[in-house]
Amino acid sequence: MTFAQPLRLQSGAQIADYTLMYETYGTLNADKSNAVLICHALNASHHVAGTYAHDPKSVGWWNNMVGPGKAVDTDRFFVVGVNNLGSCFGSTGPMHTNPATGKPYGAAFPVVTVEDWVAAQARLADELGIEQWAAVMGGSLGGMQALAWSIMFPDRLRHCVVIASTPKLSAQNIAFNDVARQAILTDPDYHGGDFYEHGVVPKNGLKVARMVGHITYLSNDDMAEKFGRKLRNAAENNGYKFDFGIDFEIESYLRYQGDKFSEYFDANTYLLITKALDYFDPAREFDGDLTQALARTKAQFLVASFSTDWRFAPERSREIVAALVSNRRRVSYAEIDAPHGHDAFLLDDPRYMNVVRAYYQRVWEECPAKEAA
Amino acid sequence: MNFKDLSALRPDLAFIAHWVGDGAHVLDVGCGDGAMLRYLESGKRCTGYGIEIADDKLLESTRRGINVLQHDMEKGLGLFGDNSFDTVLCLSSLQMMQHVEALLRDIVRVGAEAIVSFPNFAYWPHRVALLRGRMPVSRSLPYQWYDTPNVRCATIYDFEELAEQCGLEVLERVALADGKPVTFLPNLRGSLAVFRLRKKTRTAPGTTTV
Repeated sequence: MTFAQPLRLQSGAQIADYTLMYETYGTLNADKSNAVLICHALNASHHVAGTYAHDPKSVGWWNNMVGPGKAVDTDRFFVVGVNNLGSCFGSTGPMHTNPATGKPYGAAFPVVTVEDWVAAQARLADELGIEQWAAVMGGSLGGMQALAWSIMFPDRLRHCVVIASTPKLSAQNIAFNDVARQAILTDPDYHGGDFYEHGVVPKNGLKVARMVGHITYLSNDDMAEKFGRKLRNAAENNGYKFDFGIDFEIESYLRYQGDKFSEYFDANTYLLITKALDYFDPAREFDGDLTQALARTKAQFLVASFSTDWRFAPERSREIVAALVSNRRRVSYAEIDAPHGHDAFLLDDPRYMNVVRAYYQRVWEECPAKEAA
Repeated sequence: MNFKDLSALRPDLAFIAHWVGDGAHVLDVGCGDGAMLRYLESGKRCTGYGIEIADDKLLESTRRGINVLQHDMEKGLGLFGDNSFDTVLCLSSLQMMQHVEALLRDIVRVGAEAIVSFPNFAYWPHRVALLRGRMPVSRSLPYQWYDTPNVRCATIYDFEELAEQCGLEVLERVALADGKPVTFLPNLRGSLAVFRLRKKTRTAPGTTTV
């Protein structure tokens, strides 16, 4: 969907004639009360669930959560997935042509924030005729968007589902993001962000960025169990190669993940999205008081975290819960004891799925009109 | 959930519910399947939260539609500010705690009033079992000694002493047997001890002490 009217961004810049890619699943009911917005994290897109007819491998990123009969049941809910501004899956982003110059935006694409994304999503909701979401839901960076919705548009959502997220990044989180950015920015193929016209991609930078990021998504235990000190080629030369190639399985795995990522992800998008993560801090304008920041919310909340997630640790989710409790908001909190670190929010765990399913039962029971339009 | 449902399901909870004021803001520490909070919300217009650590109970509470927070009570009630609640319930959970005294102090920190219940170890069938040289196994203590979640055994008199030590005023004290109050020889004939408590420093005029 294309939006002609300029969107004023938090930075002061504005963007006009932009496109947002979105997908919908299920049917909007007569009074438009069964709509659920799913917000994506760093490297995902509007393609939340299902597969495309022409490509059986194109499974949506939250296909285990969203679909017919699933926790977020598309037989009941009208689910909307949207690709955020600045991303690289069809919505207007750095690789698109800047109408002002006729060249790709590149590094000139304005820095967007979580709040900017939410403002853009609200315009999409307007166009779809959705005045109030039954729920806005997201994991990680997506959870930040859900939280921002509850603050920015308190009347436009009944439920807010915030999974494996945080009210702000820690110094450690920002540090990891900056290592990733530096890897991209210092890659000679980055060309100050204008690599498109040089016909190259800063693959090495993107690869290292993804490798660093990926480490933070897994738990120490999970990595130890999956890879340990397993060698790639144990038979030869006592297993060690005595050079700087790949000795250990974990090296091979991370490099493979990095290579794969660098083939489909845009370097400028990576920079933009990590900045959006770093900037998110709704308590900032209240001297760090999250309780005050959440005072204007009206939604009911489900907050969930995972015990081994050290990127966005359970303590961060508890801060959200404590602030909501101080405001006497309706909130439920699940702290899932799962071994998979931050990535757990994308994986199947019956305790996790069951709690979300049970919560969505309540969301469903509160939808005024249950019949499809 | 109405009062009849609650009485049928858990007569002890039905009795205790009388002590919670209409519209009270309630914290249920160890809320289990959420039946009590569900009743207080629907039957007495209460608001509030349940705390539960067990995954299966958390799920049941979520299914009942109450606000339930997964949290280990042993880690205290740091999520909540001082005097955030009108009433804090801690029903049949205290005996499972490693740090009973610390939790009790935290309970009265976050609530104006507390209602605490626990299986009365001095209930006569328990005494009989001990006289016969065996650990008691009863409806209120349904576990073998080697696999019980109850790490604390207390009688009504014992708890009274701890409450005093923690600077708490006992507003009401009732022993229940099958959900009904026992007035004659309560420490002998009651299987469940129920206390209504508040901080001694707090003065709340108009509250009657029984």
